[in-house]
Amino acid sequence: MADFIFWVIWALIVASAALVAFGNNLIHSVFALMGTFLGVAGIYIFLNADFLAVTQIVVYVGGILVLLVFGIMLTNKISTAQISQSSVQKGLGLLVVLGVVSIILTAVLPHDWVGAIAPLAFAETVEGIGRLLFTDYLILFEIASVLLLGALIGAATLARKEL
Amino acid sequence: MDHLNSYLVLSAILFSLGLYTVVTRRNAVAILMGVELILNAANINFVAFSKFVTHNLDGHLISVFIIMLAAAEAAVALAIVLNLYNDRGHINVDEANALKQ
Repeated sequence: MADFIFWVIWALIVASAALVAFGNNLIHSVFALMGTFLGVAGIYIFLNADFLAVTQIVVYVGGILVLLVFGIMLTNKISTAQISQSSVQKGLGLLVVLGVVSIILTAVLPHDWVGAIAPLAFAETVEGIGRLLFTDYLILFEIASVLLLGALIGAATLARKEL
Repeated sequence: MDHLNSYLVLSAILFSLGLYTVVTRRNAVAILMGVELILNAANINFVAFSKFVTHNLDGHLISVFIIMLAAAEAAVALAIVLNLYNDRGHINVDEANALKQ
């Protein structure tokens, strides 16, 4: 049963990401992106990452996706109803991307990763993440807070009417 | 679901679709969506290696920081896109080749 759910989520992610990449309607692409984000949250649950799954839903679906929808709504004339988007150089792009992904797969798949067969049993991750955040990753944590403040001020300044 | 490769293949597919979106789209918001796909692919890899190979939480921590970075990037990039739209009346990145006109 869990195996079946895993492959359903796997297919959901690939299908909705394909709609993001190949779709003709920008609004459809954004809603497909929601499917991808929710699917990735499901994958996190299969990977024993409970904290990350919730963070993924809160930040990506609740924050970034809403920002993207705002971005589309503010930069298109809604009255035209058809918000289409076009792509350029599809053939060349497809060729380059297929080359890159085949290089990745041929490099990664034959390699025998240590312990790749024996996964870690489920354990709560919130306590461990909190502990690491304030010990080994304290500098990174502080830099992140400064970066977020900078992004907040920068975005608010850039988005003002009178720049 | 109990093998690393199924996650690595998923991540590679997600990355390639994101890369395709970034290189072929002309709409700036669509390109941002491609960047989010690429960041999600990287996150899946970090967490998968954390579970199957290193058996610790370092990969989770990096993923938290990537999610944080993605949120900051989306906010600033959309502010820039709004300015581009106010300035030009469109957000076609192929024609955005000057800082001011």
